[in-house]
Formats: sequence, structure tokens, C-alpha cells
Amino acid sequence: MSDAKRVAVLKGGRSLERAVSLRSGAQVQDGLQRLGHEVLAIDVGPGLIPELLERKPDVAFIALHGRDGEDGAIQSLLEAIGLPYTGSGPAACARCTDKVLAKQLMDEGGVPTPDFQPLREASIKELGAAAAIAAVEARLGFPMVVKPAKGGSALGVKFAATGAELPGSMVGAFSYDHTILLERYVRGRDLAVSVLELAGAGAPVALPVVEAVPREEGFYDYESRYEIGMTTFVCPAELDADTTSRAQELALTVYRLLGCHGLARVDLMLDQDSGELWVLETNVVPGMTQTSLLPQAADAGDVGFDELISHILASAGTRAAS
Amino acid sequence: MKSSAMREMMALTEQPDMISLAGGLPDTSTFAPELYAKLMAKVAAEATAKALQYGPTEGMAATVECIVEVMAAEGTTVDPSEVIVTTGGQQVIDLVCKTLIDPGDVIVAEAPTYPGAVPTFSAYQADVEQIEMDGDGMPIDALESTLDRLHGEGRRPKFIYTIPNFQNPGGVTMSLARRRRLVEVARERELLVLEDNPYGLLRYEGEPLPTLHSLDAEAAGRGGASDLVIYLGTFSKILSPGLRLGWAVAPRPVLEKLSLGKQGADLCSSSVTQMFVAAYFAERGAHGDAAWRDYIGRLKDLYRRRRDIMLESLTEQFGEHAEWTRPHGGLFIWATLDRRIDTTDLLALARKSERVAFVPGRAAYTDGRSGASSMRLNFAGVADEDIREGIRRIGEAMRVQLGLLGSLSGTPVPPAARGPAVQATNTVPDGGDDAQMADVVALPRREQPTSARRRSDR
Repeated sequence: MSDAKRVAVLKGGRSLERAVSLRSGAQVQDGLQRLGHEVLAIDVGPGLIPELLERKPDVAFIALHGRDGEDGAIQSLLEAIGLPYTGSGPAACARCTDKVLAKQLMDEGGVPTPDFQPLREASIKELGAAAAIAAVEARLGFPMVVKPAKGGSALGVKFAATGAELPGSMVGAFSYDHTILLERYVRGRDLAVSVLELAGAGAPVALPVVEAVPREEGFYDYESRYEIGMTTFVCPAELDADTTSRAQELALTVYRLLGCHGLARVDLMLDQDSGELWVLETNVVPGMTQTSLLPQAADAGDVGFDELISHILASAGTRAAS
Repeated sequence: MKSSAMREMMALTEQPDMISLAGGLPDTSTFAPELYAKLMAKVAAEATAKALQYGPTEGMAATVECIVEVMAAEGTTVDPSEVIVTTGGQQVIDLVCKTLIDPGDVIVAEAPTYPGAVPTFSAYQADVEQIEMDGDGMPIDALESTLDRLHGEGRRPKFIYTIPNFQNPGGVTMSLARRRRLVEVARERELLVLEDNPYGLLRYEGEPLPTLHSLDAEAAGRGGASDLVIYLGTFSKILSPGLRLGWAVAPRPVLEKLSLGKQGADLCSSSVTQMFVAAYFAERGAHGDAAWRDYIGRLKDLYRRRRDIMLESLTEQFGEHAEWTRPHGGLFIWATLDRRIDTTDLLALARKSERVAFVPGRAAYTDGRSGASSMRLNFAGVADEDIREGIRRIGEAMRVQLGLLGSLSGTPVPPAARGPAVQATNTVPDGGDDAQMADVVALPRREQPTSARRRSDR
């Protein structure tokens, strides 16, 4: 194959999403090999940059979830050593990974995102922030969602049904990050729209909408997100044409607003009361495991897994300089 | 399979600078390397070909004799023909499920239960009913209510799973009265019991209690054979988990099925390690006693000391902010913190900021949610200084969370760790006749509504 490349697949790492990342990486490797590329699988650790410098791949495929691969740190290092890589650049990664920043930008950009309140752990001691919580409770109401500001998984995401549960939920979320956010709970359906830049298409396209239906009632948590059988995925989601196109349009707007590149997955809620769509967050390194939403959405859009890998790989290096 | 987040976190704790109180490890460094070399040399010299060959599915006769000896030490007479040697005790749990469980079948277990059984039960898609324990183990009246309710639903458990001695992870021991009553209930209702007894011989205080197997055999009145109890034993905790040797003693019809299942699983357990065990059991100690019994004596001294160090550290570091069990044997202590603390989150914090690990309580519940404020702590396989430092670190992380909770809910911030001189509120009541039943200070309260916890941890 004439355009065969030497591709370093970056996976694993030390984040709490290590196992998912290893599974994503393995799927990506298989796809790349089927496409005739030479694969260099790297479990990311202290030897990463020396290994890349020594083995000189043509391009890096980032399959690294969690803080390690999504906050822009690796991306800026890859730029420093002049190695093209898949996905978004450092600034977009930083914007998407920090849920507080992303929501602030969405607010300013007129994208509907559920009302929220960021809270820094240090502010509790240094600024007496606890005294503001009553006002926040009154504004956001219960149930309330409590999340660590960073981290792509639902680990540490809490659901406080009452004010009595709130301190425990907050402390739980603070175990994962020094900044958390309290968010108004939107009751409704869990949707995800993946955005992909197709080689030669010129502009990003929104793939078919996926709905995640948790098998157990309750909150869509980390376990159900990744374990086969815990969540049922419906793709394309059973939505009317108007809702579908609104969701896809919204995803593209967010993708551009946050400056993503190559691929991203935008998570939304369809409000069961108002029918409104709310954007929760954007993932710059979406899962690539067999149950992950992006491969499913691509498949529903007649883009097979290997083709998907091809498009993602082709987008590396076409990023505008950041 | 549930609790993937937890499993991922546990995988991340296997790092060199991490103190892990999470394992289920015995301390194998206490086994003399010279003796190991001597025994392996003996096996090689006397029977290399046999050691390198397949063996019978039920196990080698010489190894079964050793098992009969261990069972006798547990006060339980068994006939060699009732024994099947397995690849660790874990295989017994797997084979029993493989033999008895169809998807949706009911297993009754203790709450909390052995975290290693939880994924096995889930894999066979069993519907597990957990009975919350108190200081005397599983309350049999609660078991009976559950059985009645199930009966009303037209359901019948395939078996009752219990760890009567120094329960993993609860650290409590089932009282004699409850053992007798459990056997009665099983006989009245013709229910199988899986008695998991990995460390009955590792008792650090108090008198040994009869096994359920022996009580059932006595009730059956046929000189040894039990009708309803499948007994699970293992060499892992009294000798070495690296041998991967356990066993089941089971009623004949069950044994035959286990044997069929084992043929499909692995044909037979390792001949090499079975012969090692046989050679070991022939060893005599310094005073002419069986060497294996001397070794258990040394293990008991070591583990008793470590248990005491951990209990002392818990009093210093956790103080009034937690409750914990005081096991009379075994490997584990079960600690329960402020109910607003989720130990899965605490582990995330502690592994990152304090470099320490433990098993979050949720791992011991099949719903993956209950037990959220508890943790299992291993004292047996951890060096003395690491126990002290490990508990100090967990205490540190816990105080960070309590401090935050205090600030957020307007309750006072807890003080720093207390000195050892301060009397803990939760020492074991010296109960005279009842002392035996008072393994535990307090287990998670049964009346505590789980619904609140259920929601808060999602």
C-alpha cells in the first residue's frame, strides 16, 4: 500500500480510564493493521517522548482517554517534537476537558447548557464558599448533578436528590478534582452526536444520533457507560426529524465553538418536559471500543470501523496551526 | 460484571510506592526457602515423571490424605472419597455455580460477602439475595424471612453461601447457635449450603467452633457424610496461594457433578503442587510434630500481632469517625466510616494523594451500591510498619473528606489524629460467655435505608 504509514497508537496511561483506553487502543490497532499501516503500540508512561523520538513514527493516533490524553498536554508535546497527531489541538482539548470552561464558553456562545455553578475546593476554606450553597440550591433545585470539572468518564459524577445528600456528593466529586460543578438536572433522554471530518469533504459532518438507554433506572454512571449489557444503545435514536437535525446542528455548533478538529463526541440531553436540547459536554477523544458511541454512530452512517479510522488518521496534520 | 470503575482503580494500585491493604494475601515470606528447595528436590528425586504427568480429576490420593488431615484439625471427619482437589478454593465457587446455577437462579449470601465471589455469581447471572450480618454472622431469622419471601414468589435458592469463620470481608464469626440453626433450616427446607472456610485454622483467640459440615453430618447421623453442606477448603491461606490448591468436600451427587465440571474446566489440578503438599505434610517439625501445624502456629503469631497493630492504628487514626470489626482470626478487618463518605471516592483520593489502597465496601455487594461507606483492610500480608503507615494515610484522606463535609454542612471540622492513649468508643464489650459472639463492634446497620446511599453514589 503506497500511503502506508508508521502510526504510533498512544493508549493506556495512568488515568482512571486506563482500561477503557487500552481497549480503544487495541481496536484502533487492529483497524490500522487491516488498513496496511505499520502500528507502534505505546502504553503511555515516562518513556513516551524518548520512544517517539527514537522510533520516529509518521503520525500519532491518540486513543488515550482521561486527563492524560484529553487535556492538551500530550498534544502540545507532540507539536513540540513536530509529530502530527489525530484529533483536536491543545487549546480545544483544554476547553473541552474543563467542563466549567466549556460551559462558560457555551453560555457566551448562546449554546443551551444546563445552568451550573462551579466551585473550587480551596474557595470553601479561603472564601467561605459554603455560605453560597443555599442560594445555588435555590437556583438549580433538586435533584442536582455534581461533577468533577475534569475527567471524561462518569466516575465521581453524583446525583444529589436532596440538600442532605449534597455535601456527601460534593466531597465525592472533590475526590477526583479540586474543582467541581453543580449542575441543574435535566430529566430526559441521553443523546450523543459524534462529529467527524471526512477526508475530502471540506467541513465536519454530524453522524446519526445515538441514544443511551440505561438498563437500570437511575443515573447514567461510569459502570453502565462502558460495560456491555448495562446500557442499551439505540442508533439511530428514535427521534423525529426535527429533533434529529436540531441535535446534529447543535453538535456542529459546539464543535466549531470549541475549536475541535478531526473528531469529537457531543453529549446532550433531550428535556422530557420542554423538548429542548441541552449540551452537557464534548469529548475530544471519544471511546473506540466495541460498545463506544462513535463507532456505532459511524456504522449507522455507513462508515465502517476501518473507514472511520482512515478518516481520523487523514485528519491528522490538517489542523490549523494553534 | 459490575464495578468496573473499582476494578480499574484497583489495577492502578499495583505500583511500587503504593501501600496496599487491598489484597487478600497471606505472607509467604515466612516459608523457609531451604524447606521449599528440599521438598521440590524430594518430589523430583522420587517421582519426576509422576509430577510432570496429568493426575486424577478428583486429585492425588496422597494429597487427599493431607486434606483429610486438615479437615480433622478443623474438627471434621471426612472420607477421602468425598473430597475433590481443585485449583484453589475459587474453583469450588466457580464449579458449584457451573453445576447448579442457571441464569436467574437465586443464591443467598451474607452482606457483605467475599468480593471474589461477586464477579463469579454475576458471570453465571445468579440473582443474589444478601443477608446483612451482625456481630454473630448471618442472622438466621433474617435468612428465614428471606427464604419465606422467596418461597412466596415460587423461588428456591440453589444454595446458601456462607463464610462462617472470620468472614471475608466482614471479619465476624457465626455463633454456634446460629450454625446449629442454619443446619436445621437447611435440613428442614432441603437447601444446599456452600461453607467457605479458607482460614478456620487461623484463629488468634477463642475456641474453634464446629464446621457446618460436621454439624450436618452429625444431624444426618451416618458417621461423617453430610447431606447438604458443600465444604470449601484451601491451602492458600494456611500454606501458599501460589500452589493453587483447594478442595471441596461434598455430598456424593454434588461431588460427581463437580468432578464432571472440573474435567471440562482443567482436567485436574497441578500434579507438581499436589505432590509438593504431600511431601510437606510428611515433614516433621523440631519437636516431632507435623511441620505444617508448626507453620500454622507461626503464622498465627505473626497475623495476631499484625491484627493488633492494625486495630491499634485504627483507634489512633480513625477514632470516633469510624467503626470496625475485631476479628478473632482470618485476614481482614471491615471498617465503616461516616455514611456520607463513599469509599470508592475515598480510594480515588487516597491512591492519588496518599498512595494507599484498600477494597471499597461496594465490592462486597452484588448490587454494586450498598456498603458504600465501608472498606476491607488486609492486615495479614502487610509488614507491620506498612500497616501503621497505611492506616495513617487512609486516616489522612478520610480527615480531608470529613473536613470538607464539615465545612459544607456546617458541622465542626474533626481534629487531627488522636493519640493512642485516648480510649476508643468502639472496643469490644468484654462479654464473658458472649465474648465469642462479639467478634464485631458494629457492622453496617441493617435499618439504615439504602435508598439514600443508592442515589448519592450514582
